[in-house]
Amino acid sequence: MTVNILMPALSPTMTEGKLSKWHKGEGDSISTGDIIAEIETDKATMELEAVDDGVMGKIVVLEGTEGVAVNALIAVLLEEGENPSAAESAASFAEIRAPESTEVPLIKPPIIGQVRPIPQAGSIDKGSRIFASPLAKRLAIDAGIELSSITGSGPHGRIVKSDVEAAKIIGKKTVSTAPASPIVASALPVTLGTGGSYTETPNSGIRKIIAERLTASSRDIPSYTVTVDCEIDQLLAMRLELNNRSPEGSGAYKISVNDFIIRAIALTMCKVPGVNTSWTEAAILQYADVDISVAVSTPDGLITPIIRKADQKGLAEISIEMKGLALRARDNKLMPEEFQGGGFTISNLGMYGVKEFSSIINPPQSCIMSVGAGEQRPAVINGALGIATMMSCTLTSDHRTVDGALSARFLQAFKSMVEDPLTMLL
Amino acid sequence: MAEKAYDVVVVGGGPGGYVTAIRAAQLGLKTALVEREHLGGICLNWGCLPTKALLRTAEIYRNIKSAENFGLRISGLEFDINAIVKRSRDIAMQLSQGVGHLLKKNKVDVIDGHGELTGKGKLSVRKDGKNVADLVARHIILATGARARVLPGFEHDGALVWTYKEAMVPDAMPKSILVVGSGAIGIEFASFYHTLGVDVTVVEVLPRVLPVEDAEISDLAYKAFTKDGLKIMTSATVKRLEKGSDNVTVTIESAGKIIQLTVDRIIMAVGIVGNTEGLGLENTKVAVDRTHVLINEWCETDEPGIYAIGDLAGPPWLAHKASHEGIICVEKIAGVKGVHPLNTLLIPGCTYCHPQIASVGLTEIAAKEKGYDVKVGRFPFVGNGKAIALGEPEGLVKTVFDSKTGEMLGAHMIGAEVTELIQGYAVGMTLETTEVELMETIFPHPTLSEMMHEAVLDAYGRTIHF
Repeated sequence: MTVNILMPALSPTMTEGKLSKWHKGEGDSISTGDIIAEIETDKATMELEAVDDGVMGKIVVLEGTEGVAVNALIAVLLEEGENPSAAESAASFAEIRAPESTEVPLIKPPIIGQVRPIPQAGSIDKGSRIFASPLAKRLAIDAGIELSSITGSGPHGRIVKSDVEAAKIIGKKTVSTAPASPIVASALPVTLGTGGSYTETPNSGIRKIIAERLTASSRDIPSYTVTVDCEIDQLLAMRLELNNRSPEGSGAYKISVNDFIIRAIALTMCKVPGVNTSWTEAAILQYADVDISVAVSTPDGLITPIIRKADQKGLAEISIEMKGLALRARDNKLMPEEFQGGGFTISNLGMYGVKEFSSIINPPQSCIMSVGAGEQRPAVINGALGIATMMSCTLTSDHRTVDGALSARFLQAFKSMVEDPLTMLL
Repeated sequence: MAEKAYDVVVVGGGPGGYVTAIRAAQLGLKTALVEREHLGGICLNWGCLPTKALLRTAEIYRNIKSAENFGLRISGLEFDINAIVKRSRDIAMQLSQGVGHLLKKNKVDVIDGHGELTGKGKLSVRKDGKNVADLVARHIILATGARARVLPGFEHDGALVWTYKEAMVPDAMPKSILVVGSGAIGIEFASFYHTLGVDVTVVEVLPRVLPVEDAEISDLAYKAFTKDGLKIMTSATVKRLEKGSDNVTVTIESAGKIIQLTVDRIIMAVGIVGNTEGLGLENTKVAVDRTHVLINEWCETDEPGIYAIGDLAGPPWLAHKASHEGIICVEKIAGVKGVHPLNTLLIPGCTYCHPQIASVGLTEIAAKEKGYDVKVGRFPFVGNGKAIALGEPEGLVKTVFDSKTGEMLGAHMIGAEVTELIQGYAVGMTLETTEVELMETIFPHPTLSEMMHEAVLDAYGRTIHF
């Protein structure tokens, strides 16, 4: 019994390829797993591996032939002890019907440079049903999330609404992305490998979200920065006094400079609401609530939990809430509603001694405030050189919604509040 | 007394407690159930089921009265209230005994008496003032239920002022009754007595009857009830009660006017309060808010090892909610994989008055308040062949969908047999259906259920038969 060796499809889109090299000649004995040929597509070169034992009876397509159609007969394998003429007749028979042959290629292609062969995503998906609720399916399509990338928490691993909602938050592969072809993957080491070694850390969901959203922000938002220096000696004195008055036990608080900044920004946002906006093609959205996102660094990356209605909260309340949010953020325990939304972001790198910096806007918000360290600097006080504790704050704004003068007015109001912190009590 | 040790002790043998105990035993936990009065609780003995027996009598009576519409001539129709009540009591007795068998079959130890927490994981059981058992358990599940809320000045006396309990076992038919409260309990008693010829007036403090139902359904219910001759006063409050020898005079304030109404009996159905007393909760960290024990999504109280389920743990006060909560609670205790907290939006509610009312999920108004852009479908009974053949052409099936995702958010029905129909939607919603699967489902013809299909089609402008 002869075995037909057909041109394999090495990717879902491959229709033809080049038979670049035969590793076995007619009459060579072949064992399962032997590399018998090399096939070249426009994307990569792959090796053909035998899946049967036997003897190479007849090579039908010669080395170097281009444009060999997928599923075309390329060689005939004889079983041990079979007459070579069988190969001839099989070949001539097969050749006639090769074009409409639907035989499955009997050769599986291992991938050069690939650690493990990845089965073709398309063919697998057809065979194994993904169990998901109707609503989950529709939500996944709407959100552009591939169901196969979601782990189901329903009965028997069924994907339910809450799974898709969770996936939306952590960010998954989009449907529009073509399934990663093994050939493309195999090409990666060639383009990246410059002789040195590197380690690969798969992108976490949060990393992917950061990449996606901030790339979009940087690309799509006409942003600019405005910086102001604030003197915070009075604020520091007030902070010390307040913290000294903290009760013991359950009501205890320890207010940080950042808590003052959150409160100051919240109150400033009430005075200059134009920064609490979002650009949309049809209209500028003005938010009624003052919800402030605060950037928190976690081992996985940046996340921005939200102090909601911050303008209605006192310093102690902000401080306690912020501590809880930061703690849960670092433990990866934030609920979606705790970090989704927000009208303005604060990023504070002061604790690292950073003097000043600028941030990328957290869309769809209009502004982000970058807060530097409070540090002693030479300052002109009442016409004489003195020392003051200064803090530089940089506002990055979306020019589509917030013009320069508005940013400046915001910073002016913010500065006067920070420099005269008693006004925060009003 | 020697302590007896269990994995799980359930306090209260109502539909929450006994189901919990059986499930716990199924999961291999050594389980005891403490019940002070009767297995099956209020539901089987003084609630859901005996009232359904009474309402069945009312339904048959109503049908026979309209026999001529069906081409039947029946004369000499009479009823015997004592026989009606006896049937209801017999059914309650039969069901309660059934629960006893189920518990025995599942090897749950049933301890007759009142349970009280006496220390960490400890419960003592008293009967007639005597200590009959001391139990220790890693997990104690409180399922002691609730009782009728008492309005000051309207304390029930069992003679003139009734609660559900007296209303269920009248020894004679009063001529007139005032029902205070138009929730499911109030409306069911109003429906029963009204059908049997009693002059019934319902007083509701809120602007509409069955206030938890969809406003449109409430409105249709009001029209159906009043058309049938039931008197209803909404936005009305009872102010004062004066008892006569065999009647009461009630002062009612409605729309700024004061009305005096004299009736034979008054039925108080103004909600319920949790049975939190005498459980020894004061010695624990268990938090109680307005007579209900506070729990988290796994029915855990603030005291480790103490759980609460059902009416005791808050609304909705429904037997099936209690049972389901209990199952979640013990499955979590036993570490069963894939246990999910109760989704309160998927708890159907049924009222067995005439016409029946059933609903699940969000009302149209609630969905809008939650920010959904909704699609609403309606299909009237008059458009359904089976409803007309049954002689029940009055009613409505209403559906609420999220227009963005097609998620079914709620369903609301009024009319014949809707209490049996609602589960079709509940299954769909639990499986997270969208409009498409419901549209593609084949509903048998001729059935009332076809209206459920049409009400979905209507939400998308595709209804066929109306």
